[in-house]
Amino acid sequence: MVKSRDLCRGIDRSDGFATLTLDLFSGSPNPNPCSYSRSAKRVRVSCASPAAAAAGENRSNLFDSLSEEVLFLILDRLESDPLDKKSFSLVCRSFYAAESRHRRALTPLRSGLLPAALARYPSVSRLDLSLCPSVTDAALASVGGALRSSLRSINLSRSRGFSYAGIESIAVNCAALVEINLSNATDLSDAAAAAIGRARNLEKLWLARCKMVTDMGIGCIAVGCQKLRLLCLKWCLGISDLGVGLVAVKCKRLRSLDLSFVPITEKCLPAVLRLPHLEDLALVGCLSIDDEGLMSVKQESKSLQVLDMSNCQHVNHTGFSSLLSKTPGLRQISLAYYCKVTHSLASSLQKLYNLQSIKLDGCEVTTSGLKTMANSCRSLGELSLSKCSGVTDEGLSFIVTKHKGLGKLDVTCCRNITDLSLASITSSCTSLANLSMESCILVSREGFRLIGQRCHLLEELDLTDNDLDDEGLRAISGCHNLCVLKIGICLKISDEGLIHVAKGCPNLQELDLYRSVGITDIGVMAIARGCPLLQIINLSYCTEVTDHSLRSLSKCSNLNTLEIRGCQVSSSGLAIIAVGCRKLTKLDIKKCYYVDDAGMLLLARFSQNLRQINLSYCSVTDVGLLALASVSCLQNMTILHSGGLTSNGLAAILVACGGLTKVKLHSSFKPLIPKPILEHVEARGCVFQWRDKPFQVELEPSEVWKQQSQEMHV
Amino acid sequence: MDPKQMPTFEAGSSMSSQSRNLNQNQRVTEFDVRETEQSLPRFSSRLDNSFHQSNQAQQVAMNWDPRAVLDSLDILGQKIHQIQDIVRRSTLGNERQLSIQPNEFAAQQQLINADLTCIVIELISTAGTLLPLIKNASASGINSPGQIGGIASSASDLDLVDMLQQNDNVVSEGAKDSEYEELIKGLSDWDDEGIKPISTEDDDAKDNEDGVSGENLPLGSYEVLQLEKEEILAPHTHFCAICGKGFKRDANLRMHMRGHGDEYKSPSALAKPSKEASSEPIPIKRYSCPFIGCKRNKEHKNFQPLKTILCVKNHYKRSHCDKSYTCRRCNSKKFSVMADLKTHEKHCGSNKWLCSCGTTFSRKDKLFGHIALFQGHTPALSMDEVKSQGMSVQGQSDEAMAKTEDMDYLISGNVIDDTNFSGLKGADDDLGYFSSMNFDSFTFGGIDGLQQPSFDTSESLFSFHK
Repeated sequence: MVKSRDLCRGIDRSDGFATLTLDLFSGSPNPNPCSYSRSAKRVRVSCASPAAAAAGENRSNLFDSLSEEVLFLILDRLESDPLDKKSFSLVCRSFYAAESRHRRALTPLRSGLLPAALARYPSVSRLDLSLCPSVTDAALASVGGALRSSLRSINLSRSRGFSYAGIESIAVNCAALVEINLSNATDLSDAAAAAIGRARNLEKLWLARCKMVTDMGIGCIAVGCQKLRLLCLKWCLGISDLGVGLVAVKCKRLRSLDLSFVPITEKCLPAVLRLPHLEDLALVGCLSIDDEGLMSVKQESKSLQVLDMSNCQHVNHTGFSSLLSKTPGLRQISLAYYCKVTHSLASSLQKLYNLQSIKLDGCEVTTSGLKTMANSCRSLGELSLSKCSGVTDEGLSFIVTKHKGLGKLDVTCCRNITDLSLASITSSCTSLANLSMESCILVSREGFRLIGQRCHLLEELDLTDNDLDDEGLRAISGCHNLCVLKIGICLKISDEGLIHVAKGCPNLQELDLYRSVGITDIGVMAIARGCPLLQIINLSYCTEVTDHSLRSLSKCSNLNTLEIRGCQVSSSGLAIIAVGCRKLTKLDIKKCYYVDDAGMLLLARFSQNLRQINLSYCSVTDVGLLALASVSCLQNMTILHSGGLTSNGLAAILVACGGLTKVKLHSSFKPLIPKPILEHVEARGCVFQWRDKPFQVELEPSEVWKQQSQEMHV
Repeated sequence: MDPKQMPTFEAGSSMSSQSRNLNQNQRVTEFDVRETEQSLPRFSSRLDNSFHQSNQAQQVAMNWDPRAVLDSLDILGQKIHQIQDIVRRSTLGNERQLSIQPNEFAAQQQLINADLTCIVIELISTAGTLLPLIKNASASGINSPGQIGGIASSASDLDLVDMLQQNDNVVSEGAKDSEYEELIKGLSDWDDEGIKPISTEDDDAKDNEDGVSGENLPLGSYEVLQLEKEEILAPHTHFCAICGKGFKRDANLRMHMRGHGDEYKSPSALAKPSKEASSEPIPIKRYSCPFIGCKRNKEHKNFQPLKTILCVKNHYKRSHCDKSYTCRRCNSKKFSVMADLKTHEKHCGSNKWLCSCGTTFSRKDKLFGHIALFQGHTPALSMDEVKSQGMSVQGQSDEAMAKTEDMDYLISGNVIDDTNFSGLKGADDDLGYFSSMNFDSFTFGGIDGLQQPSFDTSESLFSFHK
């Protein structure tokens, strides 16, 4: 018999094995029982020889000889794919039990499954209920009872239907609880906050959009949970300076505090800045904070590293400079939708020696401001000027030549920059990993070629809506690390360029070709062959794409998001995808007129992980739709203008799909579906969105569409 | 201001400061008298000291009527000798204290105390006789005598009385009580104001609201009227000439007059008596408080007039009258003006900001300051709040669940009779899932869960740590 200890040692040595073969039956004194190859990811445990099986009653389970320690070590290495664990647990009883005891994270689809799931998995520490729209107090009480000592983290951010009593049962029973996410619990009030306050060991708490919680509630939390490290109070409109001040007085270990959109004034800021370990402070949209208030704050904070003051409309550079002078350790500043970024503001960055990241999305910047910023900062790693007006070649060139270490640059919609900027960006920032430059309309195709020629370390590239051509794509194919490539609305690219990308970028995971109409099946097939790791692809309105593309994409087993709006695909193509891409979670087949019930039947049969589907304008009838009800994960559904659909069929599928959280329907159906059914579905946690869009069959040519969309921008 | 008046004012102020001195020292004695048993020696020395100073005070008083004052001083001197004797004896007694039985010692102490109190009372009464002299003297010689007399009298009188009352406590013999009372009366009767509470700062602040402190009219630019105490406190100010009935308002009187005959019903009789539209400007009227020594009294050095009769009434009641209206909610706050009581009662009891230690606050920031200061104190939610919230949310989810259940049974095609309901419920119970807390109240179709008390735990949730 193989000794467990040897096995453990063997498994420990085999870091990231692809195939593990355990031959338990041979019993040979093999010093290294684990042979592993990298051909396929699989665990093979050979045990029962035909002879042993024939012996029948003498079936002393050989799998039992593997100690739990060994099984856990194997399970530790099966984290990447949930299906692997499922297969593992189906091997035998002892494997099943080991897997049950090993599992730490649980994400149930329905709260109704909780009691059974909790009985099976007794040592779950992370419970994510964000897929359960309705979680009752009783369900939470059962969680509190079952995971008394193990539960460390619970996520209720998208659930409703529970009250303070449910939270109380968890907070009181689970002594090890350190994380609660209660965001979006808009109907919870101070009583719930007081219940949270009884979880003494809590370290992380999210209360975003808990609008009913007042100072009294947050006071209970501040006093009760003094070990808090992270607190998110975003959109908690009932909380004022008093509550925040008390939090700052009581919770001395706070590292991260989000006060975005909370109606606080500067009065609580001294106490907040006095927190000895505060690193991350978000004050987005705090409209009650103004210049005078910030100037009056005298408290310094040496520890603060990240400051987000986006959308603070009443703060100008005087107040902001005053605050910056109190926080010398800042590494990251976000000032999106701030006032004008001028010389005086930029010069206040001078004392911030550690500053690495600046986000100025949507600001009005001046050339002098950019230049001063370039001179004030030591070495920027990240700069975001997305949607900034006033970004010129001069300013941008100046800043990129000063900061050659830039790793991330966002110049989305900077419509004034030209090839000059691009030349200086590419020549100085050669280590650029992330570049977003959607809709830089003055940059020519020559400019884009420079990107591929000089920035070989790029991992994410967004060139949506630009003058990119195949030559540019050929250059980009030199970026071998590219993971995300967005080249939607690039009307000049064709299959040729895409073939280059497929050859050069084997790590590509996300590809956006929205309305890049030059693409045909040939290009997509090349991508599918060359980029096996592809997870997300958007081929919407690439009207030349047919079932052939889908057949090739079905080989990308990691594909989870497929958007093929307006493509010439049929049910058979969809069926191939359903069979091949078992991880598919998001599917958009709007205006795929040839997709009918047959496609739905196969989709329902194979794509059991589907969460979101858009079926507008498809030829799907009640039958196909009802078949979809067997997809238990389905949460989000959009069905507008599906010809064969009746109100009765719709009502049936609404009731049959138990997990629906969001359904978008045409408003003409609203009076036709019986009201009790709508109420019932809503009570389960589903939200209806009734749309009244006109029926529009034909697709407009992309040139016309682009013209229209640009007119809308201006 | 008349330059001749200046020196007298100075004298007056020095006098008042002297008399205040006296008061302070008397307070010390008062304190010590209370503790004679423990600290007789100290008592004697202080007493000496105080009387030394009170002599000085009387020296000043002598300036006005030397002979009378001299007589009183002689008496005072004798009394002081007597006190000294007693004290000396008691100190000797103290030295021999150890050899004497405790009972004996107590008896001796009581004797000494009785003697002391007698003499002290005589001392005070003699000193008291000096005060009217001062008043008379100042009334004849000085233009603004009320101020001096007022302060000296009202302040010192009170302390004297206090002291006497203290002595009452010390002396247990009931027979003497009436004597003391008479003495108190005698002391206080010389001033028609009697014993009135001294105006406190609080009242003063209130006066400022309806007074004219910010007005700063030049001294001679207005006419000063002073109502008498009786007038101010009179419930009615308008009286019927025929039947004598009193009214608070002129208009009410006019309405009343209609009953006395047709001649009072004419429009001119019923009309509000209009002020004579004369060309000459109406002189500005301001009011003085009749209480001598009050800041609002016209004799006061820093006289601040009152603007209207209503101001006078409110001021007089607040500052110089008993606070007879007690708040019925808190039973502690007292007011002399009904309106003040009503204002207070509006907010009394609304101390809704509650701490877990049981302390209540009328303002949220005060509560949060308290919680920030003390470890372990928590904001406490009122029980109603918690309950109502729990009920409503629970009710909603009950309703939701009821609907869901209801529908699921319908959809699954089961035709369920009424009789089956209980069985189904039982089946649910067996699952041990929906039954655990509140879902056993299901009735499919009806929403009975709303009436059920959903959680017993709510009571214990927010119990105060005491």
